Amino acid sequence: MTITTTKSSSPLSIALAWLVVLIPTAWGVYLTAMRAANLFK
Amino acid sequence: MSAFSFLDRERSVASPGYSRWLVPPAALAIHLAIGQVYAFSVFVNPLLAYKAADGSAWSHKEVGYIFSLAIAILGISAAIFGKWLETAGPRKAMFVSATCFGLGFIVAAIGATLHSLPVIYLGYGVIGGVGLGLGYISPVSTLIKWFPDRPGLSTGLAIMGFGGGAMIGAPLSNNLMAYFKNSGHQPIAAAWLCMGIIYFAFMMFGVFMIRVPPPDWKPSGWTPAAKSSALITTHNVTVNSAMATPQFWLLWLVLALNVTAGIGILESAAPMLQNLFTGKVTAVAAGGFVGLLSLFNMGGRFVWASLSDFIGRKSTYMVFFALGAILYFLLPSLHILSLFVLIAGVLISMYGGGFATIPAYLKDLFGGINVSAIHGRLLTAWSTAGIVGPLIVNAILDHYKATGRPLAEAYPLILHIMSALLVVGFVANFLVRPVDQRFWIKETQPVPADTSGH
Repeated sequence: MTITTTKSSSPLSIALAWLVVLIPTAWGVYLTAMRAANLFK
Repeated sequence: MSAFSFLDRERSVASPGYSRWLVPPAALAIHLAIGQVYAFSVFVNPLLAYKAADGSAWSHKEVGYIFSLAIAILGISAAIFGKWLETAGPRKAMFVSATCFGLGFIVAAIGATLHSLPVIYLGYGVIGGVGLGLGYISPVSTLIKWFPDRPGLSTGLAIMGFGGGAMIGAPLSNNLMAYFKNSGHQPIAAAWLCMGIIYFAFMMFGVFMIRVPPPDWKPSGWTPAAKSSALITTHNVTVNSAMATPQFWLLWLVLALNVTAGIGILESAAPMLQNLFTGKVTAVAAGGFVGLLSLFNMGGRFVWASLSDFIGRKSTYMVFFALGAILYFLLPSLHILSLFVLIAGVLISMYGGGFATIPAYLKDLFGGINVSAIHGRLLTAWSTAGIVGPLIVNAILDHYKATGRPLAEAYPLILHIMSALLVVGFVANFLVRPVDQRFWIKETQPVPADTSGH
């Protein structure tokens, strides 16, 4: 029998899990982008 | 029941209804953490300036070995422990990775406190290096199992994290060192101690989140393509058999050449720009160029790997090698700064894309059963390229310095050599054919073809 995904993981838990990794990533990308902007000044 | 039984593969099988979109954040937590290794350079100057009680200090070469050792152990441990990972499961492997990576920082912090380079080598280089290797390969096969419809996208997401890890690691390290310096602590040791704890906790988030799909699971509403590319197998090959195939060694060459060419430009990005555009680019602007390349490196991992789900893995590498060879060849003759920067960014995006696309390529050719172990063995190509790329660049630069010739004349030669390497890579990729059936695992049933759009 094939098991298929049902929607029992809450969207909130999925959003929170992504926030945990996206917040530090966004911080790093922002600082790097600011540094990269020096090239065009 | 052992306190660590929650790490067992059986305990990490997802219950019905567990969303597969919870798995990429788990993988990203690991890769964002271990990607810190590419920010190690922020510790170089503080380590060089750090003197022992007797006034002795470390040389540039001695400090440089810390990073080299960590990368070498990454490749070795991925090759050695990949097979163990397949049986132990991703959660246990990620836990060992988190423990080693965190412990490596703590041992290195003790080394910094004692002003002992061997202890730092042991901590950051050896123990931390094992954490790097295991962490790099541990989520790959799990992601591919959860995303049989989009293996490139899923592994691209995780490996993008490795590219992004340096962007977090560098400011984190600098801020911690500045804080501890102001508070009267030895800044390197205190920063490493904190980073060991922070990264361990962050990676443990991934350990708790990771799940393997139940047997026979498939995405809701997804049916395997009835007809797919001949390069996408419906069978499986063990890691030992894979290494006996010409395809493994062709892909080894493909990865090694793509990485060598990318490192050639990454290694000397800032001085290259300043030498080729003398008087037009300040040191600060050149630093901005390095930052921009980091963004392209990270973005390329996701974009190219995702694109490979639609155009196929072999075609993606054909683009890397054909377009890359042309662009590397043209790069030295571009005298418009903005165009030069854009082309260099595209080249680096393909360097990152090469890392991110290779796990799905391996899965296509060898099946999913041992893909992490095969990926681990293939990463020795990375270690090799990490030595060869800088060797080529530095040997040419040293020769030009020794003969008193301007360095601006050395970079065209370097870039043309990289172009030639990519032509060889193109041929290697062109020669990749489906794996002969004598290498297939005989006793298992064929698995469904699992990509669409090829």
